[in-house]
Amino acid sequence: MDRAFFEQLAMPLFDQLYNHACWLTGDRADAEDLVQETYAKALKGFGSFAEGTNLRAWLFRILRNAFLNSRSGLKQKTEYLEDEERGADEGVAHEVTPEALFLASESQDAIFSALERLPVAHREIILLCDVDEMSYREISQVLDVPAGTVMSRLARARTNLRKELGAGTKEAVR
Amino acid sequence: MTSCSQDRNALAAYLDGELPADQERSLQEHLRTCPACAARVASLVSLRRAMKPAATRFVPSAEFRRKVQGRVAPKRSVGSRWMWPAAVAALAVMVLAVVWTRQSSLSDHAFREVADLHVSDLASANPYDVVSSDRHTVKPWFQGRIPFAFNLPEFAGSEFTLLGGRLVYLRQQPAAQLIVGAGKHKISVLITQESSLGSGLPFFGGVAVRDSFNVETWEKNGLRFYVIGDAEQGAIQRLAQALQGVNG
Repeated sequence: MDRAFFEQLAMPLFDQLYNHACWLTGDRADAEDLVQETYAKALKGFGSFAEGTNLRAWLFRILRNAFLNSRSGLKQKTEYLEDEERGADEGVAHEVTPEALFLASESQDAIFSALERLPVAHREIILLCDVDEMSYREISQVLDVPAGTVMSRLARARTNLRKELGAGTKEAVR
Repeated sequence: MTSCSQDRNALAAYLDGELPADQERSLQEHLRTCPACAARVASLVSLRRAMKPAATRFVPSAEFRRKVQGRVAPKRSVGSRWMWPAAVAALAVMVLAVVWTRQSSLSDHAFREVADLHVSDLASANPYDVVSSDRHTVKPWFQGRIPFAFNLPEFAGSEFTLLGGRLVYLRQQPAAQLIVGAGKHKISVLITQESSLGSGLPFFGGVAVRDSFNVETWEKNGLRFYVIGDAEQGAIQRLAQALQGVNG
């Protein structure tokens, strides 16, 4: 195992992993623990990491597993299950109009707090896709689910986010 | 407004750049003629753009980056930095310095091995050979596995919990590694025979901070103890005192 090689590949992802960990845990100290654990595990397993595979997806996956095994993650684990159980028939009735969405995107605070209110499974997938700009394929590697699940979960997550944003703006207007 | 039958997932996939080329073309055609879908796409684009600041909302501190970087980076020798003031000093000082440097590199080696054992244990999927919070289970387990004996304090009712132990090798000599939990932190206690590490006094008493680990070490009756972890100094010290108390 080449530590210098690992450092060269993995350290550029440090900021991204830390930011993601903060979004997951909502706590900087917990996020630091997670990132630290991620790097320790990745360093240890780097020998078995096949070159040519996606290092970013691999690191995010280690981080995610560490999160799910952490104290704050365990609490959220049920949310993942619930998300899978919920049907795909999201009511269109709750859909927010494009106009309202435009309005909501004007406010960064509104977006951040809507993201924070999402269940962690939804927050996570939206961040991976829209913020970390991962492909569906990468996301399916991180979450260890088929690509079809990525699409459907992403759709549910976005519907949910729009709902939260709509709720936020209504409150603001009142 | 919602009369269009266009699949919404396809719109999203289009924006994510995940639509096959032929479908992408036909969707672009459709957007030109369907104001409802076009408005929808526009609002999704603006929402996504507005989400970008989430990427840099949380920035790690420089201190934390150094900490992780320090653990990831290849180990570099620190000897030469200490050597040069000795080189310009008088001969007597130089002789002393040489002796001192030898000892410090010896202790440096010992420390790194101890730190490696600690970190690799934390990262391991099977961190313990013997899993128990009971010192009466853990201590006897080592009998016949290590050529010496040690005592463990009673952890019940203290801030510490015994998590387990494993047999490791420090300088090609068997050593007992005990993992002790202190809040969220894990502390390693390593016990080995002193002769195996030579006479280099690895540390000069008290808790030392090395690579952001807190370490305490001492020698008693031919046994060398190391207590290492990222728990606060006070916790390391209290654990060390508890161990010293029963191994006097």
